[in-house]
Amino acid sequence: MGRNVAIIGVGHSKFGIRTDVNVAELAWESTKQAMENAGVDQKDIDYYVTSNVGAWSSEPLPAVVVGEYSDLVPKGTVRVEAACASGSAALKLGHDMIASGEANIALVVGVEKMNESPTPTVVEFIGRAGNYFWEFENFGLTFPGYYALYATAYMSKYGATEEDLCQVAVKNHYYGARNPKAQFQKEITVEECMRSRYIAWPLKLLDCSPITDGSAAIILASEEIAKKVTDTPVWIKAIGYANDTANLSRRDNFLSLRAAVEAAKMAYKKAGIDETDLVKNFDVAEVHDCFTIAELLAYEDLGFVKKGEAVKLIREKQTYIGGIIPVNLSGGLKAKGHPIAATGVSMAVELTKQLRQEVERERQAPIKKGMAIAHNVGGTGHYAYVTIFSLDKPRR
Amino acid sequence: MSAQQKVEKKKTQKEQTEEVTKQFNEFVESIKKSTGLPIVPDMKSGAAQWIDQRELTLKYVISVDKIRKFFDGLIDGKLYATKCKQCGTLYFPPQVDCPKCRKSDMEWIELSNEGELLTYTIINVKPNSFSHYDDYTVGIARLKEGINITAWVRETDPKKLRVGMKVKVIVTKREPEGYLTYELEPLTS
Repeated sequence: MGRNVAIIGVGHSKFGIRTDVNVAELAWESTKQAMENAGVDQKDIDYYVTSNVGAWSSEPLPAVVVGEYSDLVPKGTVRVEAACASGSAALKLGHDMIASGEANIALVVGVEKMNESPTPTVVEFIGRAGNYFWEFENFGLTFPGYYALYATAYMSKYGATEEDLCQVAVKNHYYGARNPKAQFQKEITVEECMRSRYIAWPLKLLDCSPITDGSAAIILASEEIAKKVTDTPVWIKAIGYANDTANLSRRDNFLSLRAAVEAAKMAYKKAGIDETDLVKNFDVAEVHDCFTIAELLAYEDLGFVKKGEAVKLIREKQTYIGGIIPVNLSGGLKAKGHPIAATGVSMAVELTKQLRQEVERERQAPIKKGMAIAHNVGGTGHYAYVTIFSLDKPRR
Repeated sequence: MSAQQKVEKKKTQKEQTEEVTKQFNEFVESIKKSTGLPIVPDMKSGAAQWIDQRELTLKYVISVDKIRKFFDGLIDGKLYATKCKQCGTLYFPPQVDCPKCRKSDMEWIELSNEGELLTYTIINVKPNSFSHYDDYTVGIARLKEGINITAWVRETDPKKLRVGMKVKVIVTKREPEGYLTYELEPLTS
């Protein structure tokens, strides 16, 4: 569509329990870094997109508050919500503003301050994010509960074990321990994971991503500007998207997230990627591991392996550096943390830095093909965005 | 199980939360009284936190007017779905508009109550508004008619459940609220 769009600057706050800042201050941390990284300031920005889900935090119109604090008045903005995929949806909007010629430089900032509410309230808010009446009002599903329904079905069909799920957490904590921006910088073992208490059987505490505060920001620019301001623009090669039913019972099966499959198909088609031996195309991936089962589903939904073979990948450590495709070298949502609406932007920041070879040495993927992929799922597979980033300028 | 664990087990998640909240509010009030400000240090980081002095209680009013028949069915112990007279699509949960053929000409079909468990989970950490219940199992079953139903399953031991097992839908009263709902009962084969 239209003009080429590049990421020319990135910023990322420390993720975790950020009692030291409010929502606007937290957004400014990453916004400031992204502007400095791109070498632009507020006067250069034509439009900004604010990704925030909120409700647990106090500001009902966060985009406005962020704009006031960050001196982005009167640029024009909107708050974007696509649940946990809000950040990628915001990136899509920022991308389209530039691709269409409406803007030359746009800021996309994702911010979430989940710890402004007590944990039981946050559990309640997220649980209500399925189909409110038919799932929550009567049956009290929680977010781990929704994904546990997938886990039970998957384990039953393919013989995956709770230990297999824990292997995902072990990998992501291994890399989280090497990411100074991550919420958890501590390695864990399968035994520790297995000993952690059940949250929603068969998922345990260490199968779950935490409640997180954080922000991430990117500066997007047109080709003309990108060429002027940076030697290493990271191009948005393709964005695929799809949605699915609110109510889980209206899905065909619980072995795959249909929205993610469709979004991936669209992204591969737009990018002109040959789907045979897909992993050969990418140096690194960030996938939506809100729960360990979600990462296994992602391997299959993205077509890295066939149905039922994700367990083999994790058992053989094929998604560590040195394997067929390194996944979640940031620590993923599991260890880096999951500030819901900042997550998608955080994935874009991480993959930009991976492609520019700017991350900590121990978690830097070897960059040979110059291509990376982000898989960002909202809700229980309600929304999905698959974004492909590239060092090579897309051909129009 | 030690004696101490037994005592702890008697407290529901709701009671535990209420206890913590009460202690915290008392702490905030004492600080406010002495300093004139509702600002307390965060327990872990020590960072200054303003404790909101306003409280919002949410309780929604949801229209069930067009699917009233479904709820009337529960009173009779029956489970209804809707079926589009034009294209035959069966809808559960019931809806009165068929988006496929843009018609709103539905008939109400009584479901058989017989199904097979597709998946399940046991909710150990509960949302605030469910925190007065013991751990509960939520399952999704496929009914004979080919539609899926989400409901509580009357079994909280995961070892006694398996994907593919036969279940029966039962209309029942949800206590302590005392309203009609439906549950899945595993059938021992």
